[in-house]
Amino acid sequence: MKYVDAFRDPAAARALAGRIREAAAPLAGRSRPVQIMEVCGSHTMAIGRYGIRGLLPPHLRLISGPGCPVCVTDAGYIDAALELASRGVEICTFGDLINVPGSDTSLAAARSRGAAVTVCYSPLEAVERARRDPAREVVFLAVGFETTVAPVVSLVDRAAAEGLGNLSLLTAFKLVPPALEALAAAPDLAIDAFLCPAHVSAIIGADAYRPFAGRHRRPCVVAGFEPLDILYGIEGILRQLDAGEARVENQYSRVVTAAGNRRAQALIERLLRPVDAIWRGLGPVPASGLGLRPEFAAYDAENRHGLRVGPGRDAPGCRCGDVISGRLTPPECPLFGRRCTPASPVGPCMVSSEGSCAAWYKYGRIATERP
Amino acid sequence: MTTPDRILLAHGGGGRLTAALIADEIVPRFGAGPLASLPDAARLPGMAGGLVFTTDSYVVQPAVFPGGDIGALAVHGTVNDLAVSGAEPRWISLAMILEEGLPLATLRRVLDSIRAAADACGVAVATGDTKVVPHGQCDGLYINTAGLGEPIPGYRLSADAIRPGDAVLASGTLGDHGMAVLCARERLQVASGPVSDTGTIHRLVRAATPWAASVRFMRDPTRGGAAAVLNEIAGGRPFGIALREDALPFAPAARSVAETLGIDLLHVPSEGRMLAVVAPDAADAILAAWRALPEGAGSTRIGAVTAGPAGAVVMETLIGGRRLVDMPLGELLPRIC
Repeated sequence: MKYVDAFRDPAAARALAGRIREAAAPLAGRSRPVQIMEVCGSHTMAIGRYGIRGLLPPHLRLISGPGCPVCVTDAGYIDAALELASRGVEICTFGDLINVPGSDTSLAAARSRGAAVTVCYSPLEAVERARRDPAREVVFLAVGFETTVAPVVSLVDRAAAEGLGNLSLLTAFKLVPPALEALAAAPDLAIDAFLCPAHVSAIIGADAYRPFAGRHRRPCVVAGFEPLDILYGIEGILRQLDAGEARVENQYSRVVTAAGNRRAQALIERLLRPVDAIWRGLGPVPASGLGLRPEFAAYDAENRHGLRVGPGRDAPGCRCGDVISGRLTPPECPLFGRRCTPASPVGPCMVSSEGSCAAWYKYGRIATERP
Repeated sequence: MTTPDRILLAHGGGGRLTAALIADEIVPRFGAGPLASLPDAARLPGMAGGLVFTTDSYVVQPAVFPGGDIGALAVHGTVNDLAVSGAEPRWISLAMILEEGLPLATLRRVLDSIRAAADACGVAVATGDTKVVPHGQCDGLYINTAGLGEPIPGYRLSADAIRPGDAVLASGTLGDHGMAVLCARERLQVASGPVSDTGTIHRLVRAATPWAASVRFMRDPTRGGAAAVLNEIAGGRPFGIALREDALPFAPAARSVAETLGIDLLHVPSEGRMLAVVAPDAADAILAAWRALPEGAGSTRIGAVTAGPAGAVVMETLIGGRRLVDMPLGELLPRIC
């Protein structure tokens, strides 16, 4: 734990906060606040958990981005999983998805009515389930960014090696760089720079942001999840903005390399191909998802069970789409903290433990009442 | 999503949904008498000398975990509920629901640890019941214990007596029990992994008796962890609670696992710890008395009661930021006790 504690050092944090104020000072005269989007849900959580917003000058805004896989998953995907469960298929999933509302209900509610929904800590538990009862179809909900794609999609190799004919994936994998393109291109969003995700970048490599940074003239800094990592990342962004630069900087070089994890990339390349994907908040984004290659169609739950993931219906009044794209901060949503709370979430940003609404609700409801 | 019309696992988590279930379904039906303030143990009116009464059920899975088993837990949990109510534990009942096929060796081990724990706490098993259900209709064994205790003179515990400036004390590291059970259940291979803190705190209550008038409130942070207890204390009252992250006691093993899994240890149950809110001038004396006992060796001051923000638990983080410490929602760790 000593290693981690070094990145939470109080004296270093104070010094960095001072340097951030200094680097932000030349930008104070602009007509609008400096807006930095933290792309990843884990950044959003760390910013809340350590109270980082309170250390920043008032004209510097952190905007939570689309980097929570649960939040950007369309209601129609949950509807498809529920449809499978209603046909007697055992659904295996990471825990965050079970409370996400589909058009009408959630997997947690279906489970309490007897549907077979198993929360897994590791995708390998789905293999175990499939092995235990070969007569029963098992579907793993394959949701996530580049970080989790490789371990999840490797289930296909495992199933093939063991000759398991009853395990398939309902894929909704998403890719970060195409989402950044969509955000930077949106005319009504004034995002000055991006704090790029840590674990995603460990897979795709820091160089993956270069074409984007060059094309859109936005500083991109890859940062880790510890509080000092984030503060360093913010400082790096401000120095670039001060100097009028737009480069890719890798603050998290203890984990992230320029080229990324080649083995994971090769696995992804072999099993998956880019597909157009629908993002809650961004809508359809070309080539921003990954689907199984046609030769692995037997492991593709949509193909295997003859169903199509269609568009779902969001709950009336839900503004998660605007929150995900940075158009709204969570407390600006009329439902936030009233009709929509973690105990009774209306939208996915309140459900996911990495959702920006959940983070604001959990950690941030004191931000306006400083002592 | 509207209010669920079925029981969800999260209703048992000790968080918001549990509180809502009790407020909506239990209090309206049974809340007129001693149950009204939802104490860990109730002071029974009309009994000579006073009597304190509590009950708890135990469904922990696996039944044996590093640091203890369901038997020890079934004694400690109930004894601790009496103790934090300012009572000296005296008698417990023992009711067991056994699943057909349970190995007798497991039952013997559990009964032996019930006996050992009861002896160590100075309580006697006074009555009991055994039921067996067919295979598949319960998971191994479930235990219910009720406890009776005698009020210790001097304690007048009420969260309404808490004032700004009061100190918040913890009797040791927080969250070890939950992390130990989680690791055992998920078979997480952790070298020198977390060990449950299951144990009793009644001697800590006894040790604080000379300052009983200065003790405002005590509770053992079980389901929902310290965050749930502190939120219950502050919720709806005209004061807040301020914690300091650098003062929070966490065992290195529990912390490693929690960091890896992204779990906030403030939401994780302990089964042998106490949180107490005490008048500031008595805090050091109580801490010294606790530290003189093995079960209180890690006692420390974790925060203070503040004038505001009212109703909220706020933490000053390691790096000097501030954040809310919220009530956990629910389903983090089912079947932990």
